[in-house]
Amino acid sequence: MPKSNTPAVSMRNITKTFGDIVANHKVDLDIYRGEVLSLLGENGSGKTTLMNMLAGIYYPDEGEILIDGKPVQISSPKDAFDYGIGMIHQHFKLVNVFTAVENIVLGMDEDAEDKHIGKGKLDLEGPSKRIKEICDTYGFDVNPNQKVYDMSVSQKQTVEIVKALYRGAEILILDEPTAVLTPQETEKLFTVLRNMRKDGKTVIIITHKLHEVEAISDKVAILRKGEFIGELITKDTNAQEMTNMMVGREVKLNIDRPEPKNVKPRLEVSGLTVRSDDGLLKLDDVSFTANTGEVLGIAGISGCGQKELLEAISGLQDIEKGDVVYINDDGTRESLIGVNPVDIENKGVALSFVPEDRLGMGLVANMDLSENMMLRSFRSGKSLFANRKTPRNLAQKVVNDLEVVTPGITTPVRKLSGGNVQKVLVGREIERAPSVLLTAYAVRGLDINASYTIYDLINKQKERGVAVIFVGEDLDVLLELSDRILVLCGGKVSGIVDGRTADKNEVGLLMTRIGGEKVG
Amino acid sequence: MDNKKKEPLIHITRRKNISRGKEWAIRLGAILAALVVCGIITTLTTHLNPFSVYGAMWDGSFGSERKMWALSKELSILLMISVALAPSFKMKFWNLGGEGQVLAGVLATSACMITLGSKMGNGALILLSLVAALIAGAVWAFIPAFFRAKWNTNETLFTLMMNYVAMQIVAYFIIKWESPKGSGKVGIINSSTEAGWLPYLGGKQYLLVVIVAVIVTVLMYIYLKYSKQGYELTVVGESENTARYVGINVGKVIMRTLVVTGLVCGLVGFLLVSATDHTITTTLAGGRGFLGVMVAWLAHFNPIGMILSGLLIVFMSRGASEISTAFGLNRSFGDIITGIILFFVIGSEFFINYQIHFRKSGKEAADA
Repeated sequence: MPKSNTPAVSMRNITKTFGDIVANHKVDLDIYRGEVLSLLGENGSGKTTLMNMLAGIYYPDEGEILIDGKPVQISSPKDAFDYGIGMIHQHFKLVNVFTAVENIVLGMDEDAEDKHIGKGKLDLEGPSKRIKEICDTYGFDVNPNQKVYDMSVSQKQTVEIVKALYRGAEILILDEPTAVLTPQETEKLFTVLRNMRKDGKTVIIITHKLHEVEAISDKVAILRKGEFIGELITKDTNAQEMTNMMVGREVKLNIDRPEPKNVKPRLEVSGLTVRSDDGLLKLDDVSFTANTGEVLGIAGISGCGQKELLEAISGLQDIEKGDVVYINDDGTRESLIGVNPVDIENKGVALSFVPEDRLGMGLVANMDLSENMMLRSFRSGKSLFANRKTPRNLAQKVVNDLEVVTPGITTPVRKLSGGNVQKVLVGREIERAPSVLLTAYAVRGLDINASYTIYDLINKQKERGVAVIFVGEDLDVLLELSDRILVLCGGKVSGIVDGRTADKNEVGLLMTRIGGEKVG
Repeated sequence: MDNKKKEPLIHITRRKNISRGKEWAIRLGAILAALVVCGIITTLTTHLNPFSVYGAMWDGSFGSERKMWALSKELSILLMISVALAPSFKMKFWNLGGEGQVLAGVLATSACMITLGSKMGNGALILLSLVAALIAGAVWAFIPAFFRAKWNTNETLFTLMMNYVAMQIVAYFIIKWESPKGSGKVGIINSSTEAGWLPYLGGKQYLLVVIVAVIVTVLMYIYLKYSKQGYELTVVGESENTARYVGINVGKVIMRTLVVTGLVCGLVGFLLVSATDHTITTTLAGGRGFLGVMVAWLAHFNPIGMILSGLLIVFMSRGASEISTAFGLNRSFGDIITGIILFFVIGSEFFINYQIHFRKSGKEAADA
């Protein structure tokens, strides 16, 4: 357990603003050696900005940073490395066509900084040996000669961590490291982090997931709206207390799951096979049925065919084989294959789709709220001119109903926060009174409040008798919200489980098994 | 406390909101600053009084009624080309083929006037020339759009190259139609009969062109801002993915939009031959296909705004040629002045979008 009097890092009175936005306001933070600290806060609470100032990406407007009690200036990532600070960003910064070891030594001044590299030539033997040593010490599994493009997300993350350690990082900052990992990979990462703690390193992990805070950290520091709210000893607190501090008021933490009523098949997908433009198999013989009044959750590691599945159903994706059949209330069947979104609508199939890429696909970032509502309605009527009144009223209705925070309906959506952008998109799609609702990562990047608004909206649609397909990444949410969960792995269905009885480990294992068989 | 702060000297942030007034104040400031810099350079290099140079520039555009008509004609033609390009660029289709599309209209009009000049009535000939010019311009613009829509070819290179193809075809026909023989050029077409010439409204040669330009500009403004097609092409320009997501046929919109551009360019070609120049040369478009791109960008593709940006450009170029004749200066000097002013005007857009913060001085920082 941590025992040291001088903090490894102290941040004093740190303030950072971007234009009118105050990202951090007078934050004080102490981190000690041999300690794992969780930095907890909602999206936009300034966690990443605060850590970026330690990593030399940003420079604070006010305040000072002390390393081992001495004030320091960190004005570049190189300065940060010199003080032994390494940060693993959410988006990895690796060169795809290089191997692990090439990425790790990249940018290091050969003789000055790296005694493992011979003078004058690029010698990768020494570094490879050193990487092996690091891996053995902490329990990593890295093949130094593997190309980055051949690696899984978790392996890339490992390379990033080894890169930081190789450069002598004593203080390691990880920004939402588990967002892209399966439960099993997360456990592996946590084991490594525990080994580092044992070795006297300081670990800071940025997160908004409470169970992770409980699983790994010694202390937890909470930020809200850029301000430091408090620090707790993890074992003395609980999820409810942390959430209340994070949100600033009492929040209830469970997601409703109304019993499905009047369940009948609505969408039948059979033998669906899809290839990407460059010929890779993205969906392989996928079959399932989505029912009315039910939430069908789709779980899987990102990039396992979720995007292709939803786009194939909504007529945006060329299909190699298979069929998607819509079943009307009177039992007549309508194939949606080879039909574009407009014709799907003309067939009388009310299919709404909340895509993953909100500003790049679902909405037009530079257009205002009312023009974005128009995306679905501009064709109506025979006139040469588009009706602008109806979408204006719709925009106003969505703003009122969903409590969208915006200066007005003539504000470009790019100026709204992530949660409000999503409310606009979901609001528009729900206003079409769909009978099938497809959502991809509907709560990604949203704060707790906005997330619960979205869950409520989804449940309301379910109670209206809509067949909801909910692609998610947070297994806890999927398990609480879905009636059934379909697990995709490598484009194949590896299992369909009951959301009420399934447990997290079972789903986690299915996520890594292609077609239900264990690989590797 | 700590005095060795290595805070960067300046840092740049994106402005969140800026008022209309401030926006125009920045633009006006940029023009004033440009005039000051031009004045300094004029005095240093030519020892002339900068105010008399500016006076001459003003006279170049507004000095006499004849000059004002010339300015109006120039502005009208440039404005129509810019307006033609606006939908392409609003759709983020980099149409650098305005020259070629105008020349296609020029060629079609000339062909009608030369070959049919004596065979039909004047009204029918004008109508036929107009239709031929519209079709020619539209076809010339459609070809790169078709390739882009079907095979995703690069439209920038394609439209650019189409200009040279158009020029060579025009060159071929100039030799074929040359008059008088051996001169290597086509003189004034139908100079004796004036067949196919547009009438002078109220005795003013260019009045009709000005009126057409106003109508085209207003129509395009309405088309872009209020029509369904205008909305579709804006969505395609902002995000092809979103367009596909709501079921817009992206290829179709690209082709349709370029036909609109081509029609207007063809119209300009028709006016150049039938109303203003009455002849055909390979350089009749005179670089305005490119200049129009700048005019359109400066106005952020708002056709009404293009009246202002177009006026600025035409005013500058006429002023530049005026000072070179009035003071016996090299023509390049006028270009230098034009260049400096444009540099400032375009540069001012940066200050409209971004704000620059300077490092607080040590004392200020301590007070804060």
